[in-house]
Parts: sequence; structure tokens; C-alpha cells
Amino acid sequence: MRQSISKKAVIMRRQHIGTIIRIISFALIVVLAVVVAIPFLWMISTSLKPDLRAVFQFPPQWIPHPPAWDNYLKAWNSAPFNRYLMNSVIVSVSTVVFEVINACLAAYVFSKIRFPGRDLLFLLFLAVMMVPSQVIVVPNYIILSKLGWIDTYWALIVPFVASAYGTFMIRQAFLDVPDDLVDAARVDGASHFTILRYVMIPLSRPMILTFALLNFNWRWNDYFWTLIMTNSDTMRTLPVGVIAMQAGAEGGTNWHYMMAAAVIVILPVLVLFAMTQRYFVEGISHTGLKGV
Amino acid sequence: MALRKPALLRSPLRRADYLTAILFLAPSLIVFGVFVYYALGFNLYLSFTSWNFLSSTKTFIGLENYQRMIADPRFWKVIVNTFYFSIATVAFSLLFGLVLALILNQKMSGRGLLRVIFFSPYITTTSALALLWIWIFDPNYGLMNYALQLVGIGGPRWLTSTTWAMPALIIMTVWKTSGYAMVIFLAGLTNIPHELREAAQIDGAGPWATLWKITLPLLSPTTFFILFTLLISAFQTFDQVAVMTAGGPINATNVLNYYIYEQAFINYKAGYAASLAVVFFLILLGLTILQLRASRRWVYQP
Repeated sequence: MRQSISKKAVIMRRQHIGTIIRIISFALIVVLAVVVAIPFLWMISTSLKPDLRAVFQFPPQWIPHPPAWDNYLKAWNSAPFNRYLMNSVIVSVSTVVFEVINACLAAYVFSKIRFPGRDLLFLLFLAVMMVPSQVIVVPNYIILSKLGWIDTYWALIVPFVASAYGTFMIRQAFLDVPDDLVDAARVDGASHFTILRYVMIPLSRPMILTFALLNFNWRWNDYFWTLIMTNSDTMRTLPVGVIAMQAGAEGGTNWHYMMAAAVIVILPVLVLFAMTQRYFVEGISHTGLKGV
Repeated sequence: MALRKPALLRSPLRRADYLTAILFLAPSLIVFGVFVYYALGFNLYLSFTSWNFLSSTKTFIGLENYQRMIADPRFWKVIVNTFYFSIATVAFSLLFGLVLALILNQKMSGRGLLRVIFFSPYITTTSALALLWIWIFDPNYGLMNYALQLVGIGGPRWLTSTTWAMPALIIMTVWKTSGYAMVIFLAGLTNIPHELREAAQIDGAGPWATLWKITLPLLSPTTFFILFTLLISAFQTFDQVAVMTAGGPINATNVLNYYIYEQAFINYKAGYAASLAVVFFLILLGLTILQLRASRRWVYQP
């Protein structure tokens, strides 16, 4: 009898501890969320300040009065942002389209066609994942200049239209499609391309979409490769253009315009992420994303 | 993946399969052949030469670039910096990612929104964020020193200080990558059977003991995965270094990837940069192999 009472007390105390932990952890996570969000808020706040005097006001005023919305227009017009945006879209979209096509073709071979030497070829594909593009940037610069591609779209697109990582991801999805289905279609006279187009790809749509999104994000954010492989303003993408704008500013940085420009650069990514959050998170949890 | 006998190739269907396979693989094979495999070989060759990208001949100098590297105090400084930066960012990102994931793994309102907030720095454009952080670390008007002043600390001159420029880069990068660690930890946590934790609690384990005796050990494969992927990407860091400090002041934040860029595209030393890239590649390869080994050993089998 006494034992059961004390046991009850223990359980009740434990529930108390549970509630306390829950409250503390909720408070902690809210504080951390504010800390993580503050740089973004500071960026927006600065981008809306009417002039440099307001920017350098100390202590800072978080909500500019009145907010200078036309900073965004001025930032956009202070550098060829139309061109940067167009370049970013052309490069990222075409890279991802070709990359997805090539990855699907290769994934089909590595999951559904058997032939001698396939495993060796697959190993060659897998090994590519161990070679980050940074490691081979010097020879690639020379190769691309031999091809006459430096400072053209080709240099930004062609080296990335094949993806070992994408082939691997999409192959995983293709492996889940029963071989019997493919064999039956073959017996009925369907070509491999028809099977890929009308059976494999529709059945693996979530994985393909996830890969496309991750890689769109990765190409869109690229700074390193584009910085090295382009040298004229007309070829710059948003991530490189915004830095060139800062470097070109004479006599101190106009932080209100700079922050407006930075918001313009990150906004498309954030909107895309907000709309497709689930795919991003799932894709990254399954595979881990390259690059920081 | 049992291989069919080559004899089967003689049947017309098999030959068609073979042709299709080659056709389907051709685009990828050409791209990898030129921009990865040929490039790797070319890089190795370049590392034995002295060349400025312009002159018509590359001078073959054997191992001289590697000897120079060993004698180059800047190279060793760069190596130390790279390890300092990588270990610090990975350690803090792991820690914060774990704490965030443990809290967000509980049922609470606003969980989805919180997850988006923590994850958004990871997917946004690094170069633009680096600009933001230059402004945050502005010694006179920046947010960081303002915040420090509020608690009575006079902040340092962050990005222009040889001592504080590296911590500044580390803070920025931890802010950016903790969300990645969180997302993967959350995925790992959902794989831990709920009954295990409940059973431990029924047996009298408190929340602290459950965490240390059940959750963390079962999370170890996830932890290893995050550790190595973060380490590999930390070693490749370029964008924030190039934008925020350009490796300075006085090489205080010069990391391997930036040093290669600097040698190749600012000093036009193609050969020396190529030899640095070989070393860089070997370090990354070593880490990847270590990861494969570790994951094989640590994969949790239910």
C-alpha cells in the first residue's frame, strides 16, 4: 500500500519535471529562433532606412520612419540587376533541366539494363562524387578557355549538366519500380526510352523533383565557379553581381542600398523554399546536401 | 546485380540493350570524362610544372611545387586556419543542431514555422549573406557590437582584427549550417523507435538518463553522418571568406580553398595552385573514406 503511494508520488513528480522541461525548452527554442532571425530582420530594417545618417544612427532604430521603399528601386537600378537576374535564371534553369534528363537516362541504365561492364561504369560515376568542383577548378579554367567558353553561358552550364549525385538519387527511386513491369513493357515492344518516359519518370516524380530543387538551389547560389569563369558584367549572376556592386561602391558602402540588393538576391530562394519546404527537407534528410 | 554472360550479347535484343545503355550514358560520360577525369589528370600534371596561364610553354619542374609548399610558412598557416575553422564550425553546428532537433522533436505548436526559421540561412545565397554579416560585424555601427554593448562589453574590430576575424567567420558559418544539422538530426530522431524511450522511462530512467543512455547512442550513426558531411563542406568553404575578409587580415582567415584561388587567379601561379589542389583533394578523399568506414561500423541495425 505504502509502496504504491510512493510510486504514484514518483510518477507525479516525474510528470512535473516533464512539464518544467517542456516549458524551459519552449522558451529556449523561441529565444534561439529570435537570435537566428535577427540578422534577417536587421537586413530588412537597414534596407528601408531613408539615408546614411539613419543607417549609422546609434543606437539603431529598428523600424525606419518612414520606411524608404524606393531603396529597392534604387538598388535595382544602381547595377545591371535585370541582366544578373536573367543570367541567374538562364544558367540555373538550363543546368537543372539537362542535369535531370541526363541523370534519369543514366539512372535507368544503372537500374534496369544489364550488360557486361555496367558495375565498373557505375563505380566511375560514384567516384565522381568524391571530387568536388573546387578541387579541379584550375584545370577546368584552362579547359574552358581552350574551348573558348570563358565568360559565356557554356562555362557555367556544360560542366554541370551531368550529376553523379543525381544519378545515384534517381537510381534509388528507379530500383523501387518492379523489374517485371519493365520486362512486360519490353515484351510488348516498348522501347527503353518509352519505358523511361512513361513508366519510370512518372512513378519517381517526388525523388526527381527533390533532386531538381536541391540542385536549382545549389546552382542559383553559386558564387565560386561563376566568379572564376566569368569576367564581364554582362555575364554575372545575382550572387556575383551583388558583390561586384559592393566592390564598385566608391567612398564607403551605402548599406541601405546594399542590404536592399542583398534582399533582392535572397528573396527568390526564400520564396522557392517556402513553397517547396517539404521536398527540400526530405531531400536533404535522405541524402545530405553538398556545399555550404 | 549479377552480370549476364557476354555471350548473351549475340542475341539481337541484348545488343540493342547495350547500344541503348551507351547512348543513355554518353552525355554524362563525356561531361565526367572531360571535366572530372581528364581535369584530375591534367591537374596532377600541372602540379609538376611552373606556369603563369599565359606563356606558351609549361616548364616541367618535377616535385619543386611540393617542396616549395612544405617550406612555405603561409601554406602551414593556411592549413592551421582550415582546421581551426572547420573543427570549430562543425563542433558548434553539431551542438546547436542537436539541441534544436531534440526540442523540435517534441509536440509543440509552431513547430513548422520554427523549423523554417532555423533552416532558412542554410539554403539562402552565401555571398549575399556574407555582405549582411560584414555590416553586422561593422565595429562602429554594426549589430554585433551594439548587442555586446547592451550587456556592457566593448566589442572588437571583428573583420579587421587578426584575432577576431576568424571567430567572426565561424559565427556566421555556424549560423548558416546549424539548420542543416538540425534537419538531419530530426530525421534520425524519427527513426528511433518510440517504445524504446518509453520502456526506459517505465524502468525508472529520468529524462536526462534517457537522453544519454538511449537517444544519443542510437543517434550516433546520424551524428557521424552530419559530422563528416559538415567537415567535408567546411573544408571547401570559399564564399564567405572571399567576400568578408579575402583571407585577411594578414592571412588570418586564409583557408585552403581560398589560398588555391588566390595562387591561381590572383597570383597566376597555375602550377603551385594545382599542387595545393592535389593536397586538398587527398585530404577530402581521406575524410570521405573515413566516413564510409565509420558509417559501415556505426549503422544502427534494428
